[in-house]
Amino acid sequence: MTPPDAETADASRHDARFHATSYLRFLRLAFRLATEGSWLFYAWMFVLTCIALVGTHAWAVQVRDGMAVTAMTDHVSWGLYIANFTFIVGLAAGGVMMVIPAYIYHDRDMHDTVIIGELLAIASIVMCLLFVVVDLGRPDRFWHIMPFVGKFNWPISMLTWDVIVLNGYLLLNLHICGYLLYKRFLGETPDKRWYVPFVFLSIAWAISIHTVTAFLYCGLGGRPFWNTALLAPRFLTSAFVAGPAFIVVVLQIIRRMTKMKIGEGSIRTLVGIMRITILINLVMLVSEIFTSFYTGGSHGVSAKYLFFGHHGHGALVPWMWTSVTFSIIAAILLMRPKVHEHLWTLDIACVLGFAGIWIEKGMGLIIPGFIPSTLHEWVEYLPSATEWKITAGIWAGGLLIYTLLLKVAIPVFSGEANKLSN
Amino acid sequence: MNDTSQGCGSNCSCKGGGGARDDSLFSRRNLLKGGAMTLGAAAFAKALSPLAHWTREETSVEEFLQKHYRELTKIDLELVLKRLEKDAKENYGTDVTITDHRPQKGVKFGYALNLSICIGCRRCAEACHHENNHDRATSNSYIRVLEMTKGSMDMEKGNVHYDHPVPHPDRFYMPVQCQQCDNPPCVDVCPVEATWKEEDGIVVVDYNWCIGCRYCEAACPYHARRFNWKKPVIPKDEINPNQSYLSNRIRPQGVMEKCTFCLHRTRDGRMPACLEACPTGARVFGNLLDPHSEIRKVIDTKRVFVLKEELGTRPSFFYFFDE
Repeated sequence: MTPPDAETADASRHDARFHATSYLRFLRLAFRLATEGSWLFYAWMFVLTCIALVGTHAWAVQVRDGMAVTAMTDHVSWGLYIANFTFIVGLAAGGVMMVIPAYIYHDRDMHDTVIIGELLAIASIVMCLLFVVVDLGRPDRFWHIMPFVGKFNWPISMLTWDVIVLNGYLLLNLHICGYLLYKRFLGETPDKRWYVPFVFLSIAWAISIHTVTAFLYCGLGGRPFWNTALLAPRFLTSAFVAGPAFIVVVLQIIRRMTKMKIGEGSIRTLVGIMRITILINLVMLVSEIFTSFYTGGSHGVSAKYLFFGHHGHGALVPWMWTSVTFSIIAAILLMRPKVHEHLWTLDIACVLGFAGIWIEKGMGLIIPGFIPSTLHEWVEYLPSATEWKITAGIWAGGLLIYTLLLKVAIPVFSGEANKLSN
Repeated sequence: MNDTSQGCGSNCSCKGGGGARDDSLFSRRNLLKGGAMTLGAAAFAKALSPLAHWTREETSVEEFLQKHYRELTKIDLELVLKRLEKDAKENYGTDVTITDHRPQKGVKFGYALNLSICIGCRRCAEACHHENNHDRATSNSYIRVLEMTKGSMDMEKGNVHYDHPVPHPDRFYMPVQCQQCDNPPCVDVCPVEATWKEEDGIVVVDYNWCIGCRYCEAACPYHARRFNWKKPVIPKDEINPNQSYLSNRIRPQGVMEKCTFCLHRTRDGRMPACLEACPTGARVFGNLLDPHSEIRKVIDTKRVFVLKEELGTRPSFFYFFDE
């Protein structure tokens, strides 16, 4: 779960032997913290496990019987998996909106809670990688895409860039969280040299993961709907809505369920960020819509289909209008003065904003890129049961990992765990 | 979830009365945990059981470890071809020959299609279907024929699902297949170099290296690529037994495929199946590097155009009108 930071700055005081034993004790404690809890915790884990099981089975069947069990076709060749992948890369990047205030603006409250965002990045990247794996026709050949082992088409294929940035981001966050937690466990002050440079690198890296993900799509000249320079900025902006929205809700849950102190400042800062990003995202959406509709012609066909349908084909219309409605309502709710004190308003805004962007980036962006096809055939797409099962399974798996990470991190940080281990 | 504070996320041992009683490895609590985890692991193993069947039936260690086509030695390749022939026999019950056709020196293939005389009969698509051992149920083919409205070259006005006697007097027909671009976006995007452009201009796929991410399918502006959504089904007496590694051998499930200008024929000096099937002679195929070839004559004397030229893909497939 956490990488061995065997040699740290305290090496002067501790030798490798010390770390060998104390790191094992740390892992033992982590295991204990992660497997013990209230009935509510066990029930939550049980439910998530069941959903993950359903997803796992559905995936195994998909590998055996072929991806014909999905609703994808040669016309719409990416679907719900890649849609979720795109969204969750944003979720992973969204955590950086806690890191920036904490480390660049030295926001005290945020500094105490930033690990929650960093752990979210870890869980999210794991989900991203899973969504890519389930989208592969031949997951058994995964090693072909590993640098040095397989044949890595770098730098020309954007997908290889994505492999690098996603795994790099995962490692960065594993290191940062793992190091800080281990130091807390030892009761020592973390050495800045061992994590601050990585934190700053992770800020730039967070931007890169979502930029590269946008470049996957916007670099394709044959898909006019994606072929827009605005895609990467839009991705980042909407990520900075969905990420903070998720974290705001998580912070409130943690405040209720644990003894961790969640300062008012963290939520206030995140809300401040969302207020702006959700509006910028809407401005960008309007800008895209204007360009498509005013210009008209074949470049606007997908957008027209997305919002209004095309001669009886309208599968995406309800999705997109739901998304737009959710985003607008969330934006208005967030404008309420002192919204961070009105938790119901805030939570509704977060849920609507999150759901709105989930649709916008998935059913509202990946799918219409394929409709109409490059030869202007009209083939629609709605996910099959298998796709929903696998998607739910991965989300459950991600939440499961996130819960476990928090379950270990929170008591270690509050110092409560030390009482336990001594 | 919004229960009172007693249910805790972090201070887990608060209710259990401290850590003391968990110290024994075989405490009741640890045994319960161990049991639950074993059960969980068993459930996941069970959930994954369809994979076991698939691994047994559809894959093998040799296949898993097989190197990229371009890294195979002569002997490796011999063994691979033997194995693939054996697999075809086991899976489809018929004897096939799988050869490795290499590009010829001084040859770059080009294709031209005369839109004035194409009647939209779709015999090319059908010939492709049989020649290239496509799945029968989906009646897959590398060629799609668009019925176009006169007065427009916009594919938006095209229709592939026409169902009336052809040629319709108010329409013209435009078959589209892989354009074998000189600047192929599909090749650029492939993360594992499973697809590349050969010296004679043909873009090929190593079906045993492709991971099935379908990025190339998203990148292709001509809808030239197809994915094997399931294992192809072909009755054994309908299988074309003359096969090539990079072209018409029966594809495995979960990988990409595409038109190869019938390289198993054309690299042997024959014509592509779609050309031979064409009843009007609308198709012209040949070596672009040979100044006396028919394809060169067409390019030199007709006003040819390529599809979506503005994308910079530089197709080797040309269209022209006669009159």
